[in-house]
Amino acid sequence: MDILYQIFIDPFVQMVQVPDLFVQTLWEGLVSGVLYALIALGFVLIFKASGVFNFAQGIMVVFAALTLIGIYTQLRGWGVRPGDLAAFLALFITVGVMFVLAVGVERLMLRPLVNQPDIILFMATFGLTYFLIGLGELVFGGEPKVMIADDLHLPRGSIDLKILGGLVSLQKIDIAAAVIASIMVATLAVFFQRTRIGRALRAVADSHKAALSVGISLEQIWVIVWFAAGIVALATGIMWGARSNVSFALQIIALKALPVLILGGFTSIPGAIVGGVIIGVGEKLGEFYWGPLLGSGIESWLAYFIALAFLLFRPQGLFGERIIERI
Amino acid sequence: MRSPTGNEIAAGEAILSVENVSLAFGGVKAISDVSLDIRKGEIRAIIGPNGAGKTSMLNVINGFYTPQKGRITFKGATRTKMRPHEAALGGIARTFQNVALFRGMTALDNIMTGRSLKMHSNFFWQLLRHGPAMREEVEHRKRVEDIIEFLEIAHIRKVPVGVLPYGLQKRVELGRALAMEPDLLLLDEPMAGMNLEEKEDMSRYVLDVNNFYGTTIALIEHDMGVVMDLSDRVVVLDYGRKIADGTPDEVKANKAVIDAYLGVAH
Amino acid sequence: MLYREAGQFKSTYEADAAVFPLRQDRIGIAVILVLAFVVIPLTGSSFVLSSVMIPILVFSLAAIALNILTGYTGLISLGTAGFMGVGGYACYKLTSAFPGINILVHIALSGVFAAGVGVLFGLPSLRIKGFYLAVATLAAQFFLSWFFIRVPWIYNYNVSGAIEVPTRTLFGVPITGPNATPMARYYVVLGFVVVMTWLASNLVHGRIGRMWMAVRDMDIAAELIGIRLYPTKLLAFAVSSFYCGVAGALMVFLWLGASEADSFNINQSFLILFMVIIGGLGSLIGSFFGAAFIWGLPIAMRVAPEYLGLTINSATVEHLQFMVVGALIIFFLIVEPHGLARLWQIGKQKLRVWPFPY
Repeated sequence: MDILYQIFIDPFVQMVQVPDLFVQTLWEGLVSGVLYALIALGFVLIFKASGVFNFAQGIMVVFAALTLIGIYTQLRGWGVRPGDLAAFLALFITVGVMFVLAVGVERLMLRPLVNQPDIILFMATFGLTYFLIGLGELVFGGEPKVMIADDLHLPRGSIDLKILGGLVSLQKIDIAAAVIASIMVATLAVFFQRTRIGRALRAVADSHKAALSVGISLEQIWVIVWFAAGIVALATGIMWGARSNVSFALQIIALKALPVLILGGFTSIPGAIVGGVIIGVGEKLGEFYWGPLLGSGIESWLAYFIALAFLLFRPQGLFGERIIERI
Repeated sequence: MRSPTGNEIAAGEAILSVENVSLAFGGVKAISDVSLDIRKGEIRAIIGPNGAGKTSMLNVINGFYTPQKGRITFKGATRTKMRPHEAALGGIARTFQNVALFRGMTALDNIMTGRSLKMHSNFFWQLLRHGPAMREEVEHRKRVEDIIEFLEIAHIRKVPVGVLPYGLQKRVELGRALAMEPDLLLLDEPMAGMNLEEKEDMSRYVLDVNNFYGTTIALIEHDMGVVMDLSDRVVVLDYGRKIADGTPDEVKANKAVIDAYLGVAH
Repeated sequence: MLYREAGQFKSTYEADAAVFPLRQDRIGIAVILVLAFVVIPLTGSSFVLSSVMIPILVFSLAAIALNILTGYTGLISLGTAGFMGVGGYACYKLTSAFPGINILVHIALSGVFAAGVGVLFGLPSLRIKGFYLAVATLAAQFFLSWFFIRVPWIYNYNVSGAIEVPTRTLFGVPITGPNATPMARYYVVLGFVVVMTWLASNLVHGRIGRMWMAVRDMDIAAELIGIRLYPTKLLAFAVSSFYCGVAGALMVFLWLGASEADSFNINQSFLILFMVIIGGLGSLIGSFFGAAFIWGLPIAMRVAPEYLGLTINSATVEHLQFMVVGALIIFFLIVEPHGLARLWQIGKQKLRVWPFPY
């Protein structure tokens, strides 16, 4: 009896009794949700346009952030001043690196594996992940790094709201992240629906062979889409790194994008945001209000169980396409 | 042959009857109010232009799709919905338009999977691969080898099916269906993509299966020559509706059928 | 003309259905068994037994487990290490509670526990396919990792959170704990692996193996033949998890002699997945190849610089290992997606017609 009370009544009582804490937790959930969504966005881009589930998206986020910091440090080492010049120069160069990465992946991994079943490509991205982990550690070292938030002119500080009888504190960087994410989602959604290249990308996702037969250059499409995913990864890395340090642990957190994709659908760009927010909020609320019952740290698996529950009732996610099997 | 209700179905009586079945996918009406029957021991052809609903009809018969309206009576038992593996249990086997073989396995293993329903040795004997498990394996291997010999594919039985040419794949698929020892065999375009010689071989197999084993056969086919030569009765579908039903000669002369094939508006 | 089947006629289906129909294959197996049971223990150093052979055997068993689920039945699993952990901790709890019963029994029983947990997490598998199933197994993996840390009962409330393996004996010889010699441990592990590989081989070559492969290749067609998908998938989960559990128990009790919070984390799951990919999906012998390769490569990379006269620091070597493994996975998938096992088969094919080219 007591345990039922603890699960079903107590947490909600707490939410009402200390509402500012509830809103704060809600906000924290929203923030991490936005970041999950950004990672998921990279997945969706590549999946939507090439049918490949890019397991390496997480490490691409880390790698992009590390490259940015590394190049900045090197530029400063060469005497480039002032700081923000170095930062934006480094940003520019990192974008170039992500382009080179996209070309490399296309030439060395995607082209030789064209027409192979999706599962083979999925496993290849495992290989890519490990490769980038090794390369990243080799070139940049394994210790956590600090993101160059100031020199990139990212907002600092917080907005403190005295509401609901208490204090709710919103970090400005988080608001910036939400805004940037929304802009990216909107731009990409329009791009896919309205432009010629967007249409070509969707054609490639449907069938490599068919796309080839109408003259779409698979190579160009793949480079474009992996480059775009690389840009998204860079933005994600910057935002995430600005909140907490950049380390390889991020790569495992990126696995959380899977539950996000399940909720939002693997091919839906707006779905990534919605899914991200639901998972982020669900996770934070779950950890804060129900965590103490089970012992802390349930954040590490709660997202997957939420996704699992969802899968049992709606396998295609909120926005995904219904899979009809024809035989 | 005994139906679940215990009544014997005599040769010539309907082993399967489809009554007023309608099937739609979203807005697309695949089948509209179609009734037909299949008599035990006959070869029944289902023909019609592309998109007429022929494959959908087969899918309804073996339980893959559930019709929104109508009933199916098989071996005396009526039901509206049947799960695919219940159809298999009941004695329905089929082949597919796009050969649905298990590509990771050899031809022999593919046909052996057709015996799955008849192999019961329990898990622990399977672990040891001895005693009842081995006896069962050998016994069913014998039956499968009979089918392999019948279909003249002994020379490729250890070959992984993925590398076999299309015609041989279709033969292996037929073998897998035959391994189930079905009462009703559904063949979806068994001659598709074959040359004349292959078609003659396949026709011979179909006829032999019908004659020797007494298996009732329903087949979808586009080659009119094959249809006219092989089948006892023909049903014609067009845009999901039945437009003719009778012997090959009756159907051949039917004006509605001719119009449908020539594309005359009707 | 060594390896050919010309002249070997089978007069019964039983003979043809044997797992190793060719005489040369049977001789080969005999040679391998002699090597494993006699030559290696006599000639190998403690290091070779403890740090090379035992780990490779344990991982081979885990790779077989994953192969059964993913390679033969087509169900993606990222939770292998978690299920291994269930076996490891179950064995610990069992032997703590019943120290009088032989440890071999406990090891087998821990497989049963792992099978139960595996079936539990496999229950959603009917409605979920492909990548989605990977999520269910990830949920299992992260949940179990958390469970092994946060539930103190599992490690008998030990303050450090780790478990130390008590001494257990077989016929009076200590086989677990600090007094167990590498050779004793090696024989126990070898025994388990040989027996369980034989059982797995039997399953996979018979009707159950065919059912699994049918479900993997085209589950719709399998259903229409009368194969019931759900029981078949659950059986795969059960058998696979059983093997994981035993591998985990062997890992804790006969290899590491201990276990800590991180022993069964997601990275280990990935490692075993790589073994299966490189070794060859759907191949038992590939499991051994993959385990030997993935385990042996870092050792080779650590030792090679010395032989080449170069000095590279160990951190760099580790980073290079990651890069090499990653690149090799991509390389294998391009060149031979069916892994080392297929290369082995091709090699045997060439041997069949040797010295002729084809």
